[in-house]
Amino acid sequence: MIEVKNIKKRFVDQEVLKGISTEFSNGKCNLIIGSSGAGKTVFLKSLVGLFTPEEGDILYDGRAINKMGVKEKKSLRNEMGMLFQGNALFDSLTVEENVRFPLDMFSEMSLEEKTERVNFCLSRVNLLNANHKYPGEISGGMMKRVGIARAIVMNPKYLFCDEPNSGLDPKTALIIDELIKEITIEYNITTVINTHDMNSVMGIGDKVVFLHQGLKHWEGTKEEVLEETENKELYEFIFASDFLKKLRAAALKQ
Amino acid sequence: MSFLHDIGKYFLMISSMFTRPENVRMYLKETMRQIYQIGIGSVLIIAIVSTFVGAVTAVQFSYQLLDIGLIPMWWMGIIVRDSLILEMAPTICALLLAGKVGSNIASELGSMRVTEQIDALEIMGVNTTAYLVGPKVVGALFIIPFLIIMAVGLGIVGGGVAGAMGGFFSTADYIRGLQDGHEVYYVVVMLIKSYVFAFIITTVSCFQGFYVKGGALEIGNASTRAVVNSSIVIIIANFLIAFLLL
Repeated sequence: MIEVKNIKKRFVDQEVLKGISTEFSNGKCNLIIGSSGAGKTVFLKSLVGLFTPEEGDILYDGRAINKMGVKEKKSLRNEMGMLFQGNALFDSLTVEENVRFPLDMFSEMSLEEKTERVNFCLSRVNLLNANHKYPGEISGGMMKRVGIARAIVMNPKYLFCDEPNSGLDPKTALIIDELIKEITIEYNITTVINTHDMNSVMGIGDKVVFLHQGLKHWEGTKEEVLEETENKELYEFIFASDFLKKLRAAALKQ
Repeated sequence: MSFLHDIGKYFLMISSMFTRPENVRMYLKETMRQIYQIGIGSVLIIAIVSTFVGAVTAVQFSYQLLDIGLIPMWWMGIIVRDSLILEMAPTICALLLAGKVGSNIASELGSMRVTEQIDALEIMGVNTTAYLVGPKVVGALFIIPFLIIMAVGLGIVGGGVAGAMGGFFSTADYIRGLQDGHEVYYVVVMLIKSYVFAFIITTVSCFQGFYVKGGALEIGNASTRAVVNSSIVIIIANFLIAFLLL
């Protein structure tokens, strides 16, 4: 479980996070939604410790990341996996070497054991026969799968995904969402996903946190999102397209 | 203020490099890759440039000194040898490497930063400065002195060939000069320069690339700054070493 307590983050004279508190539970897909500039990426990067908030605490099963020493932080980071918006795969390494990298760096496994683990993770994300290809030689969807395989290779307790569907066609986006959901349940991971894709919200959003102008404006489940009408910003964000508005009206009529 | 801030950040980056590696084998592998990239990748350009620098040194000194009969012909061996060892080889090689290796390092790290690869390493728990900067510095410290020694050798050969071909001096006179009054201290100064320049090229370029913010344009700017800044620091360091040690 990850507990976020009143975190504030400022860049020079701009306050990006203005005191956000929430909780993310194990075995659930926790989605952070909000329009561009709402503070989603800064929030996610603060969660994983890439940014240090000026105020507030972030507790990983009771352990405050912002109060940890270098050693403790390193050991916590071995429990984290992250899928980046642009995948962040190492260009000079093959798919297999990319996925094996955390094992090469941190594990005492033999090469055979590492290869076995890598192949297991690649098969888990349905990516076969691409072991010796370079990131530049595979499609966007395949890169996302490699990113997920690399994120789960160390058996993480916490998985973070920054816009996992960006740049993907709707069908591939759904497959990636399903994969993240399955992995979250299978390994009882605390998954936090940054997205503005409403398909993801409705498909896998066990918990949804809506950020607006650096504040938590709303939180609830995916079912509650559709029923919410009083929160003007949330309503405008979700039903930004006329198509969705009409769809909602039709659903309410029925 | 920004200049002082950058200086402080540069020294912080260097100090954070000195930590215990997460996995010594991975660091060694990366160091070997860097030795190959910096060393083998630069052999050809260093060989061509140093040969011609030696040739030009021999021809110009011969033209200016021998014509007026101030010095005996065999002195040309000494002049070419010592000017290559003390100044030409280390400084010209370092400036060349600042252009070739420095821009390469800055753009490599810059694109890693922009594409979040450095963040990915950080999330994994890797000390990014130690893993990304350390092997480059160690690799350069190992291989650049060899490149400079090679440059001295080829420069001497180039000088001899050019002088003999141009009829300025005979090969026998040139070899006599090369063998005369050899100062080991000059070689020590050359090696000190090599190590200092190698450190400057890699750390300044890594600093420019590591802290890039933005996109493709900023990577290009960082690459240019890496070359300009390392060249300026090399020239200043060259003067200081000469001033203090000679």
